[in-house]
Formats: sequence, C-alpha cells, structure tokens
Amino acid sequence: MTIGLGHYLAVAAILFTLGILGIFLNRKNIIVILMSIELILLSVNINLVAFSTFLGDIVGQVFALLVLTVAAAEAAIGLAVLVVYFRNRGSIAVEDVNLMKG
Amino acid sequence: MILPALFFYLFAAACVASAVMVIVSRNPVHSVLFLILAFVNAAGLFILMGAEFLGMMLIVVYVGAVAVLFLFVIMMLDVDFVELREGFIQYLPVGIVIGGIFLFELLLVVGAWVINPQVTKTITAAIPTNVSNTEALGLVLYTKYIHYFQLAGMVLLVAMIGAIVLTLRHKANVKRQNINVQNARTPEMAMAMRKVASGQGLQDADAAEWVK
Repeated sequence: MTIGLGHYLAVAAILFTLGILGIFLNRKNIIVILMSIELILLSVNINLVAFSTFLGDIVGQVFALLVLTVAAAEAAIGLAVLVVYFRNRGSIAVEDVNLMKG
Repeated sequence: MILPALFFYLFAAACVASAVMVIVSRNPVHSVLFLILAFVNAAGLFILMGAEFLGMMLIVVYVGAVAVLFLFVIMMLDVDFVELREGFIQYLPVGIVIGGIFLFELLLVVGAWVINPQVTKTITAAIPTNVSNTEALGLVLYTKYIHYFQLAGMVLLVAMIGAIVLTLRHKANVKRQNINVQNARTPEMAMAMRKVASGQGLQDADAAEWVK
C-alpha cells in the first residue's frame, strides 16, 4: 500500500477536471471562475512537485515556485480588473462584458 | 508504512471534496473558505511528498494572501450572487460530459505510462540527501536559477503596480495638494495692494473685489 507517483498524478488530474468543470458550471460568476483557475494551477503545482520528488530533481520545485508567483499575480490583477469593472457597470456578470463588441 | 498512506488518502479526499464544494457552493464566501481548505490539504500533500518549503509557501501565499484578497473583493462588491447562479443546472450535463471525458483522458495517460529508466541520467539538479528541502531549494534557486527568481520578482512588481494603477481613483470632491500650482504661485497672485481713502474706510465694493 505504498503511495507512488501515480496516486499524486491522479489527485492532480481530478483537481484539474474539477477546475474545468467549475468554469463550465459557473459561467456567469467570474469570481468562481477565477477560483477555478486557482484550482487548475494548484493541480499543476501538485504534478510538478510530484515529479520533482519522485524523480529526485529539485528543478520541478523551482518551477512550482514560479507557477505559485504567477498564480498570485494573476489573482491580484484579475480581481483589480473585476473591481474596476464593477465600478463602471455595477455588475460582474460575464455576459454583460460586451463593451468592446469584440 | 501504513501511516503515510492513510495521511495521503485523508489529504487527497479532503482536497478533492473541498474542490467540489468550491464549484458547487451557493455562496461565494463559502467557496473561498472551501478554497482555503483545499489549499491547506494540498499543502499537506506537498509535505507528505517531502517538499516542505513549497507546502508552507502554499499556506502563506494562498491562504494568507490570495484567499484573503478574494474574500475582500467578494465582501466589497454588492452583487446579487443568486442571480449569477442561474443556468447552473442548465450547464451541468455538458460540464459533466466534458469534465468526464477530460478526466478519462488524463487517467488514461497516467495509467498507461511508465517512467523511462534513462530519465535519471538527464536530471538537471539532483536533490541533495544531506540537507533539508528548504536548503536544497535555496542552493539552486539563488545560483543556477537566479534569473528565474528575479523574473518572478519582476512579475510580482508589475502585478502590484498594475493592481494599484487599475484601482486607484481620485474623487472630485476631495481637496488634494497640487505641488505644481503651489510652486507656480507668485506674490501677485496671492495679494493685492489697495489704497484706502482716508476717513472713509473700506467700501463694500472693495471688500467684494478682495474676496474674489
């Protein structure tokens, strides 16, 4: 009953899928979409650290650190854009975001 | 030997369960709290794998900063979250189908795949056995990967400046110091010399002009 690399990869795969599912289910709520993206990045981090420790290569953990940094920056910028958008429109519904008619 | 396995299943089950609650929760505040739980359990998984530094980093960065940021924004915005949940049932079948396909593919990849025995020869920086995880990470992060480290710092700096620039606003009815106007001020702009007629004193018309 030893826990191997496959166990961690399975957990990461389930977390990734849940993140994707969260984006689909909460199509109108951009806050939950941002949280789902955080879940996806967390599963990526689990993968990187699992490979790093099971293959004995520390570079994976360095990379996970960088992913962590980018995730934090992305959350900060995303929420700042959200706040600005709410000030202008009074709503954060995703389907209202059609100002640019892109 | 059984204890690490037990803890793995505990952390993994709690992590997955709280991730489910993040995406199905009615209240976004509950979603954030379950997100915190998911991150704490993922930190437990990291520690179980032997990456203590990243586990602690996950708690500090995610629980301490990102989740609190989410909480602040959710509580600050006055949004009707019930209205935003419309269509949840409508999108559920297609979401489950796509998610199921995705999970099936991922598990297929994980299941039908073995590590090439040659891979250990290509290791870039082997984990040293005689030092702690934090020290091992520091030994490569500040030497071999110093440019990546500084790049991460730049990303954070840009994110910080971007967030401030985006959200900073000047209210029109708040008096602010304008240093350029202050420096450009001359004695002629600040005071006026008037000759007051002897014995008559100030006239109302004069006073009105001075006040102006």
